[in-house]
Amino acid sequence: MLCNVCKQNEAKVHLTQIVGDKMQKVDLCEDCSKEKGVVDPTSYSLAELFLNPAAATAAASTAEPEAPAPGSDVRCPTCGYSQADFKKAGRFGCSDCYTTFGEGLETMLKTMHKGTRHTGKVPAVFQQSRVEAQKLKLLQKKLEKAVAEENYEEAAQLRDEIKRLKA
Amino acid sequence: MSIHDFLAPPSVSCQRAGPNDRIVMSSRVRLARNLKKLPFPAWAKKPDRLRVLEAIQPAVESLPQLAPHFAVAMDDLAALDKQVLVERHLISREHAAKGAGSGLVVNQEESLCVMINEEDHLRMQAIRPGLQIKACWQSIDAVDSALESKLDFAFTPELGYLTACPTNLGTGIRVSAMLHLPGLVLAEEITRIINAANKLNFAVRGLYGEGTEALGNVFQVSNQMTLGESEAQIIERIGKALSQIIEEEENSRALLLEKKPNTVFNHIGRAYGILANAHTISSKETMNLLSLMRLGVDLGMFPSVDRSLTDELFLLTQPAHLQRQHTEKLGAEERDTLRSDMLRERLRTVPRPQPPK
Ligand SMILES: [Zn+2]
Ligand SMILES: [Zn+2]
Repeated sequence: MLCNVCKQNEAKVHLTQIVGDKMQKVDLCEDCSKEKGVVDPTSYSLAELFLNPAAATAAASTAEPEAPAPGSDVRCPTCGYSQADFKKAGRFGCSDCYTTFGEGLETMLKTMHKGTRHTGKVPAVFQQSRVEAQKLKLLQKKLEKAVAEENYEEAAQLRDEIKRLKA
Repeated sequence: MSIHDFLAPPSVSCQRAGPNDRIVMSSRVRLARNLKKLPFPAWAKKPDRLRVLEAIQPAVESLPQLAPHFAVAMDDLAALDKQVLVERHLISREHAAKGAGSGLVVNQEESLCVMINEEDHLRMQAIRPGLQIKACWQSIDAVDSALESKLDFAFTPELGYLTACPTNLGTGIRVSAMLHLPGLVLAEEITRIINAANKLNFAVRGLYGEGTEALGNVFQVSNQMTLGESEAQIIERIGKALSQIIEEEENSRALLLEKKPNTVFNHIGRAYGILANAHTISSKETMNLLSLMRLGVDLGMFPSVDRSLTDELFLLTQPAHLQRQHTEKLGAEERDTLRSDMLRERLRTVPRPQPPK
């Protein structure tokens, strides 16, 4: 079995935890488990480990009470959710929390999912904007080329087309 | 009109047939969606939950795919009605616990059911009898596409659909099938199958989902990963796993009949004997014995019985369905007596099982 984080080394440390309503299994290699500060597999919190790696490592390396890790009092500007709330519930407060608590999210997602980038369905509005962005890029390239080649008639046409697309 | 007048009674709904329904009781695809900027249901205060409900419910109700439909606010449903909906697998136990600010829209066929303000703002499910996960996906995909022009879904190109729990992030999809696996249980192969499914990152749960027992040898298999794979890939992968489990169940049944026919007939004969003659019986025992009787029907031991009878009894003998058939409030003991009365009555004309020819 491969390590969930680096996906390269053989996993040696196996952890189980409930996240939200799902049983989450995490398999880590020795390097990654050390890096994440997993000392005692029976007492750790996935959210704590991955959303606040600095705090977890600090907690693992010293028994002394730590000052709150930087960023731990951050609240989501949209919904007021805090990192402590996430640790408790394993769920976010609103869709903007994904931006607010974006740091460290990727490592957590790696342990939960096949990948960390969405490859599925895209709402039509996003599809359209994606197509338009590509078209715009292409036109801009053509324009540069036309200008460089002093093909001013074509350049003027391209400029009009770009203007229309941006409007 | 009450939801019970709207939905078909179990005697009708259990007649719905689908491919492989000898083993696959139903297929389901659920999508989780949320509205931008608004707090997720568990974190939202009542006014925000009501705002979300008021935005989503009319949008869902306007969809032609759901016609004719029934829509209701969860605080307008009696506790017993909610429990009936759970027993019918239309809503989750979590949703049944919700009150003001949560809602439900279900179509008459029970093939589309939308929960509003469950764990996410919107959880829409397509449900079909037998193995039909692709058809479920197509149906719910169309509903989702129709809704995205009416509602502002929280989505980013990198992370996909944003959900309350990061375990549902990305596609927000859960594909699942409810499987009846008495052969694998009797052959003591079920643990091996569950472990194999878990290795492929599929969850195997009991009859009512999360943390429930596999009563009546019914298991729910579903995907756990939602990010980094497309919906089509997830469906393809779980479809393969389900086909394999179906094959293993068929093999187990064939092998049991070949190697230990007497054990199998003994189980089924005793199940029939108790169901047809008991004067008190718990819902748990009923489910486990009905499972064996269903297996007997599959094996041809009850030539005059249709599988829909065992499925109907499976539903009618559950606590809330049983309570619904009586006006006075029943205690657990009375329920056990009335349950056995109903079973004796319904099985009175069913001849006892014969070994298949
Ligand atoms: Zn590693
Ligand atoms: Zn937030």
